[in-house]
This record gives sequence, structure tokens and C-alpha cells, in this order.
Amino acid sequence: MHLSSFVEMVESGFDDRVLLGDQNSRMTGTDFGFLVRLGATQVHNNYTSVMYVGENHPLLPVALFAAAWAGVPFVPVNYRLEDRQLRLLIERYPHSLVLTDPLTVDRLEGLSLLIFDEWLRELSKIDLEEVGPIEPAENDDAVAVVLFTSGTTSEPKSALLRHRHLMAYLLGSVEFGSADESEAVLVSVPPYHVAGIANMLSNLFAGRRLVYLASFSAYKWLSTVVSEKVTHAMVVPTMLARIVEELDGEVLTTSTLQTLSYGGAKVSERIIRLALQTFPTTGFVNAYGLTETASTIAVLGPDDHRNALTSDDPMIQRRLSSVGQVLPMIEIEIRDDHERAVEPGESGLIYLRGEQVSGEYAGINLLADDGWFCTRDQGSIDKDGYLFIEGRVDDTIIRGGENIAPAEIEEVLLAQPGVAEACVVGLPDDEWGQRIVAVVVCCEGFVVNSKDLQDAVRKVLRGSKTPEEIIVRDSLPHTETGKMLRRVVQSELLAREGGTAK
Amino acid sequence: MILKPGARLISAVCAAELMTVKAPKTELEVTIGGVATIASAAARDGSVAIDAGHDGGILMGKRYVDEADTIELLCTKAGAGAVAVNGELLQLKEAKALPASD
Repeated sequence: MHLSSFVEMVESGFDDRVLLGDQNSRMTGTDFGFLVRLGATQVHNNYTSVMYVGENHPLLPVALFAAAWAGVPFVPVNYRLEDRQLRLLIERYPHSLVLTDPLTVDRLEGLSLLIFDEWLRELSKIDLEEVGPIEPAENDDAVAVVLFTSGTTSEPKSALLRHRHLMAYLLGSVEFGSADESEAVLVSVPPYHVAGIANMLSNLFAGRRLVYLASFSAYKWLSTVVSEKVTHAMVVPTMLARIVEELDGEVLTTSTLQTLSYGGAKVSERIIRLALQTFPTTGFVNAYGLTETASTIAVLGPDDHRNALTSDDPMIQRRLSSVGQVLPMIEIEIRDDHERAVEPGESGLIYLRGEQVSGEYAGINLLADDGWFCTRDQGSIDKDGYLFIEGRVDDTIIRGGENIAPAEIEEVLLAQPGVAEACVVGLPDDEWGQRIVAVVVCCEGFVVNSKDLQDAVRKVLRGSKTPEEIIVRDSLPHTETGKMLRRVVQSELLAREGGTAK
Repeated sequence: MILKPGARLISAVCAAELMTVKAPKTELEVTIGGVATIASAAARDGSVAIDAGHDGGILMGKRYVDEADTIELLCTKAGAGAVAVNGELLQLKEAKALPASD
């Protein structure tokens, strides 16, 4: 199925329901459909893609659906990239309508850009009767969205999501019109992240009003929840940590928030426990997915969260650090180095199969002939189907022939009092091949001792998994969506020794 | 007719429209309200009525499936007629309630 049919459903299902806009401008399903048709008419025959380079805009979905209706891809780009990189990405898409915001436009002199609000003004001048509306595109094998993967390791790659992937995700995970008219979702994830795309699509399909935060701050987020009576929100771990920090122990017993979902990177259990205490009446959802799987493939639901807090069973308690169970339309296998499926509880590489799984970059298809996709994430599944993520296989440390997942050691470090963040990497070692080095950041007002931390790890794990060195620092580098830049830490440590990254 | 994913089915007797989510690659006869579907809503002239027994209606945004789960249609416009394939009335597909993850 094609996203253009989605527009017609929104128009007829939510004709007079407010779906978009802020307090100054409200937009119903009918208004939305009309604007999408205007946008598509302008894009059709003039451009081969629609790019967006800027902060969130309250009417951003209009750009995505206008592109879809016109049959061209929507390409959101990270405006926080440095000017040179941004220019290179934009130049990869000649004949593109490049929409932007007032701040970004000044940085990219010489390129042909159009500020989003100016585009909307241009559209309002089009007489649809006169130019004749265009028919919606229908080929669901066409590329709907191109996303640049964060590039934590190398040059950004462009992941392709086709209409059939996105629609498969929507049809399998969201019931059309399931939201009540009073519901509103606060979107604070950036538009160039798969979560931002999924946010937009899922909530419009459910009929839930989208409230956009141009860019995130904990204060703005909390005050918008109150002023817009927000019922749903999705945040990345860094945002969740900042929200909890901002509230500083305050308990929001009367929050309008029914559901708060988080994902995009690993979140510390300490933050989740604090968040659950801060929002005692809110349902928490942990979502796991990749850009290449058109967003979420597994969820840990509200009951799982609360049960983990109250249960005496260690098996149920530890689920707080799992990403829950896979969605019904997804198949999952954990495989060993020989690609054989392992037993429940054993670790291995996570393989996925399903209609939403794209596994495709421009020019490279990573799906096996039988449809399975190797995520390159390591993990295990317990006997009840709960999935635990252990990190990227590429981050695996090999010390003395033993494969060690940094996440395992980081978890132990994070469980120690006073440790706010931890990053474990392998550095070249003549004797062991690699040796383990940890960098930790303390919670405010705490002082930790490296020796005590080493003892703590040795007690829980083994000597061979105990970091040879633990360094205390003021901060660790992250992407804006909260993924730790492990490679940067590793390079810095190597530079200290006069070496270079492998 | 042979239905491809994305193919539209438009009622001759009511406002109903469906879209094909999945279908077998075989010849199928699709009716809404007991009457064969048409190619365009403009061809609906109001001269035909809904058959008795085919008046259960279809609901916006809901999916309809056959007993054998070989065909799945998504309602993109609600209507008073029920949908049937090769004479078998399709049933509402009950969605498993999932927590809102985004």
C-alpha cells in the first residue's frame, strides 16, 4: 500500500478533527488533505525529491505527504551537521525542493533553498481548479523516505524506506482512528530520525493531534505537556534523563500524560526507575527498532514496567532492561557465528524478518534471499520472549580470544552508586590483543574511586571482564539522539597513547 | 479480477471503498452490498440497491479478511454494504492491541 491512500483516509476519517498546528493555527483532516494536494501539484513535474533541513515545524507532515502523493521521496536531513557536510548531502539530490527554516537558510548561501513558511505561502496562491489536481502516486515499491544513518562510524549512508515498508508497519501496529479526539502527542524527536517519521505517521493514522516542539529542552517539553494537554509522547534517552533532572524529585501525580515511550538508544535503568517514580500514573513503553526496519519492531509495555518494579522474581525484575516482545508481524532469531539459531537465554546476533524490514541502502540490499535481515545488534531472548539488547557486534571487545560485549560491563558500572554514565572500549594490547578500558561520568555531588569500581565489576562478572583501567571524566560524547559515540571515545584514548583508530 | 496490493475496490451501491492489502494471485469476484465493485466512484448512479444479507456495512480504517486468511482488504471509506469475495462475506480483522510506541 501507498502513503497517498493514507491521505484520503485521513481526509474522510478525520474530516473535522484537528490533527495539526499550534494554538495559533489549527488544521483538520480536510485542511490537511487540501494542503497536501496543493503541495503535490507544485512538486509534481518540477522536482525529483523533497528535502527538509531544519528544526521541527508544526506542519512538517504536509511536506512528507505532498512528496508521497507526487511520487517522489521525502529526504529529511540533520541540520546540525557542519555546513560542509550538509552541503554535500544536499548536492547528492539535484532537482530537489529543499525546504528549510530561517536559521539554517543563512548557513547555506548559494544553494537554492525555500523556507517552509514561504513554501506554504506559495501553495496558498495555487488555484487547484485552474491547474488541475494530480492523481495520487500508487506504486508502493517506490522509495517514500530516505534517512541518513547517524554516521557514528563513517560517512553517512542513505537508508531507503519504501511505501510498502512504512504501510506494513502502520497497518500492523496502529489501529486507524484508535485515538480519542482529546488526545495529543508531543513530538520532540528530530525529523531526520526514523522515530520522527514513525511519530508522524502512527499518530496521524490513529487520529491523534500532533504538537511539535521545534527543538528539545526539558523545560519547554514539560510546559508544552501542560499547555497543550498532551497525552502521549516519545523521547530519546537523553531527553528522558533531562526531564527527570529538571523535575528534581518532584512527583507529577496529575499529569495528562497517558503514555510516555522511549527508545533510539540504550537507557540506563536508574533513569527509568526515576522516571517511573516521577510519573506514577503514566504508562511507559520502551520501543526498539532500527532505521532499516522502518522503526519499532519490539515493545516493552506499561504493565511490564510496573510489574518489574513490584515483582520479587528476578526474572521479571530484569525485564526493565529489556526491549520487550517483538510485534506480531515480526519474526526474530538469535543466531551464533555459524548463523545457527541459539537456545533461549543464549546471546548471539539478532536477525529479523517481516514486511516492514527494508534492510536497504542506496545501491545495497542487505536482505538475504529468504528475507532475513542481520541487524548487527547482539542480544538474547528469555524463555517468555523478552528481548535483551547487548550492543553492536562491531563494538565487541576481543580480549585473549574471548568475545566481550561492552554493554555487559557498562551495566555493572551503571548500577554502582554515583555512576551516571559509562563507556567501555577495547584498546590494542600486545599481550591480550585488546584490553578493556572504561570511562565513567559521576552523578552530581558524587566522587567515585576507580579501584572500587574495578572490584565491583570483578565481583559480578569475572577478572577477564574487569577493565584494566577506569578513567573518570566530566562528560561523554553523544549524538543528539542519545547514542554514545563510542568510536570517538576510543580514538581519544588511542590518541593519548599516540596510536590511531583501527 | 486479479487483485494486486494497493488495488482499489469501489462500491456500486454505497459510499464504501476498500484497498487491497493482500490477495491471492487468482481470479476473484468482489462485491460490496452484494453488487460487483466498480472502477470509479463517478460511475455510481444510485440505480442499484444493497442485497439483503449484504447490508452489514464496513467501517473506516478497519481491515476485512476471509476465513482462510488469504485476502485482506482495508476500508478507506465507510459504507452501508458488506464486502464479500467469491460469495464469502469477509469478517472484521480483530487487531491485537499494542501499546503506543511512537
